[in-house]
Amino acid sequence: MKSNTLTIIKKEFARFFGDRQMLFTTVLLPGLLIYLIYSFMGMGIKKMVTEGANELVTLCVENLPASMAPIVDGIPATMTTQQPVSQEDIEKLEDKNLNVVLVRFPEAFDEKVATYDPQSGMAAPNVEIYYNSANNASSRVYHMLEASLSAYENRLSNRFDINRVDNVEAHFDMASQDDVLGSILSKLIPMLILMMLFSGVMSIAPSAIAGEKERGTIATLLVTPLRRNELALGKVVSLSGIALMSGISSFIGIALSLPKMIQADAEGMTLNYTFNDYLVILLIILATVLIMASAVSLLSALAKDVKNAGTMITPFMLVVVLCGLMPMFQSSTPESLTAYLIPFYNAVQVMTAVFAHEMKWMPVIVTLAANVVYTGVAVWVLTRMFNSEKVMFSK
Amino acid sequence: MNEILRVEGLSKTFKLSRKQQQIERTDRKEIVAVDNLSFTANKGEIFGLLGPNGAGKTTTLRMLATLIAPDKGDAFVDGCSIVSQPEQVRAKIGFLTSELKLEDFFTPNYLFNFFSQLYGIAPEVIAQRKAKLFERFGIDRFAEVKVANLSTGMKQKTSLVISLVHDPDFIIFDEPTNGLDVLTARTVTDYLQELREQGKTIILSTHIFSLVEKLCDRVGVIIDGRMTACGVLEEVCNGMTMEDRFFEMYKAVKGGEE
Repeated sequence: MKSNTLTIIKKEFARFFGDRQMLFTTVLLPGLLIYLIYSFMGMGIKKMVTEGANELVTLCVENLPASMAPIVDGIPATMTTQQPVSQEDIEKLEDKNLNVVLVRFPEAFDEKVATYDPQSGMAAPNVEIYYNSANNASSRVYHMLEASLSAYENRLSNRFDINRVDNVEAHFDMASQDDVLGSILSKLIPMLILMMLFSGVMSIAPSAIAGEKERGTIATLLVTPLRRNELALGKVVSLSGIALMSGISSFIGIALSLPKMIQADAEGMTLNYTFNDYLVILLIILATVLIMASAVSLLSALAKDVKNAGTMITPFMLVVVLCGLMPMFQSSTPESLTAYLIPFYNAVQVMTAVFAHEMKWMPVIVTLAANVVYTGVAVWVLTRMFNSEKVMFSK
Repeated sequence: MNEILRVEGLSKTFKLSRKQQQIERTDRKEIVAVDNLSFTANKGEIFGLLGPNGAGKTTTLRMLATLIAPDKGDAFVDGCSIVSQPEQVRAKIGFLTSELKLEDFFTPNYLFNFFSQLYGIAPEVIAQRKAKLFERFGIDRFAEVKVANLSTGMKQKTSLVISLVHDPDFIIFDEPTNGLDVLTARTVTDYLQELREQGKTIILSTHIFSLVEKLCDRVGVIIDGRMTACGVLEEVCNGMTMEDRFFEMYKAVKGGEE
């Protein structure tokens, strides 16, 4: 690399690392925030799922029929009492701190069910279950009761079963735990990575180029023997480096917190990726951040000031976000290599394939090559822009 | 005397945007900033470009500094063309204008080192020059203070020193004392004379008559982008003060309009 390019890179890094506030908000904060937010979300989900599971619930049943006794007795962590359910009891349930569920069966429920003809047009016997959904224990018992009663109703008119489990060893979904986790990650992570890289680039590129135009400091550089291509390359490489640090910080935050968020540990799932998978992800992130920094640099160079740069970059950001959302609406990655020539879309597709354990080398190679070529073209265009008095000095 | 700068028929026209047309209150779609300008400057002299605001002085100097390209004509700095050899020209010149700013975040010390590296100067030479120039302008006492926290005078001194990191023989100053307090302005004008004594050539633009009379060996008067008069100061003034002579020329060109 030419020495003046290195001098520009060093200056940009000195600017960045010398500003503790920028360093904190661009590199440390995104990773930390992602880790904390995802971890708290995971804890919240876990709490919602487990809270109330072991709390004792009073189950008051009116007119408990003989057929229902084993079902009601089978609901765990309940204390069943048979008593009439009054309107006053129902109103008391508005207190969300009461671990109570009230069930009202019609009188002679079993006889009525046995003689009921669905073709008659008469209303079917109705079971009333009163509960408070704001109380986790009450809500849990309601859902178990509702499921058991629905299952009982199905059995009454049973003609055939689907995937009936007669023994605990039976498995009908043949996907491995790895595939399940991979499928979740492949839909989420590429978008998150793209967004993190973009926010890293956005936090520094407009100020580094449009800001220098606005402040008049770029003209000071342009009157030195520094070649315009050295300046363009120096800017793109340094911005990419800084954005990469921001992206890696975010990635670490995601990697540490995602298993907590999706409750992978509770489900017994573990991240099972090879060295090659991680290498490909790293290379793709590197190539993506290069082209991202190049594209944002071009828009920043066109802009008159930082504010104008922000306005110009926003539509571009929406396109990048759209590329990141693609995996959520597709069942598989494209077979045609031509698709991997489309910047950002290609990176998302390769990352999706890696996380879904479907990585192939040709798309990876095409994506890396295409992004490097596009970056080269962008640096060339940026050089031309630095040479253009219309672009550099227009008011 | 040895010629170090030769300007041959330099011309520059700017297109006016609609916004600029509204500001200028004109229907013209372009404006001729510099019109077929020719002059020379010799080694070891201070050449002044004198003219009112909008006369084309700054545009001329920006073309000489290769920041903008001429539409027609060329200029040669120590034999290097501003059109075909801009990088060589930039290596030979020092350029200072109030439009060129220093990054607020850095200190004078860092910026001196940074710009010296861009000129490919050896570290030991950088240290020597820095010590000499910082002492000459009193920058030592604020060398480690960020530019953002410096006064206008301190910033101007720092800019001046940074434009000279490579010890150029040909120096371009655009309105060098603009916006400076009297003490800093005096420091700058004294230093320009020192540079001349060292054999450096200085091209400066100004609209301050006294500055031309005090500093310049030769002067070129620009009105409406054209060179109205050019020569040794005494010849151009023709026995009058610079101010009186200028307004005489201005009336002749503009027909009494002021």
